[in-house]
Amino acid sequence: MQVLLVDDEEELVTALAERLSLRGIEALWATSAEEALRVLETRSFDLAVLDVKIPKIDGLQLKKQMQAMRPGMKFIFVTGHGSDRDFKTGVAEVGADYYLVKPLKIEDLITKMKEVLES
Amino acid sequence: MNIQEVQIGLGGVQFFGKMAASISHEIKNVLAIINENAGLLEDICFMAERGKPIDPDRLKRLSGSVKDQIRRADHIMTVMNRFAHSVDEATVSIDVSEVLELLVSLSARFVAMRGVVLEVGKPVGATITTFPFVLLNLLWLCLDYAMAVVGPGKTIELLAEKTGDGVWFRFCKLENMETDAAPLFPAEREAALGQALHAQIFRDPAAREVRVLLAQRRNA
Repeated sequence: MQVLLVDDEEELVTALAERLSLRGIEALWATSAEEALRVLETRSFDLAVLDVKIPKIDGLQLKKQMQAMRPGMKFIFVTGHGSDRDFKTGVAEVGADYYLVKPLKIEDLITKMKEVLES
Repeated sequence: MNIQEVQIGLGGVQFFGKMAASISHEIKNVLAIINENAGLLEDICFMAERGKPIDPDRLKRLSGSVKDQIRRADHIMTVMNRFAHSVDEATVSIDVSEVLELLVSLSARFVAMRGVVLEVGKPVGATITTFPFVLLNLLWLCLDYAMAVVGPGKTIELLAEKTGDGVWFRFCKLENMETDAAPLFPAEREAALGQALHAQIFRDPAAREVRVLLAQRRNA
């Protein structure tokens, strides 16, 4: 499984990428939308894990741009929670099955990744 | 309570809620980083139990990262505490540079999300007698407007300056103030806050800035 993690908190994505790699999941990371799109120009991933709120663009808009470049790619969103309205709007758009709340449990994330890829 | 007071009160609650939500989001991020670092420590212990040697430098880096996040959370909560106490007194003497510093700290996540850079002028050592929470609310609305007009990648300069019997707060380097997309400013809410503070608000496209002139209050 090849995964791209996108979150503006660099320490979070680097630690998460390392933990995933220890579990046999190849994970690269990006800390901005621009960086994520640059990475996608050169290689593909099975799945992206996106923070809902990243600088300059929200995760849902970034998903659309990434999906246009890699139509087969799947997505999971993570959020620090935001407002209930943000959460419901996000869930309505992407589906509750694709939403996780920080702090993440790595086992939950991996389970979700497998579910999403099998869906 | 008159309509203006209701408007200021409701707007104030919304402002407080917006800042509290942003701060809770920041704290969630801090917890998420500590959580991943703790998880990595568990992973390292798990591997050590199976014979993989522990790298002391790796452990030092992880504990350093946790300490950094604790310092970050402490700063966030200090800012939250100062903000929460800004409602305590309706008439108090405050350092204007400290007000700008608090505004910048409170706004940090919004500024990052908009991709804007803030430059804050040097402290001027001036004080003003006012209602700190209402002033912060007005200055936030000015900053919100400034961020909306400049757009991502641009810099906004924030200055506080002494003048005669009061102070100027200036939001400078504002491009695109006259485009159709620029929001109305000052709108009803800013005007109500300005009136409550006996402040004057100026939108000056020629100088590419928004200014707030705050005179000293002589009575409560």
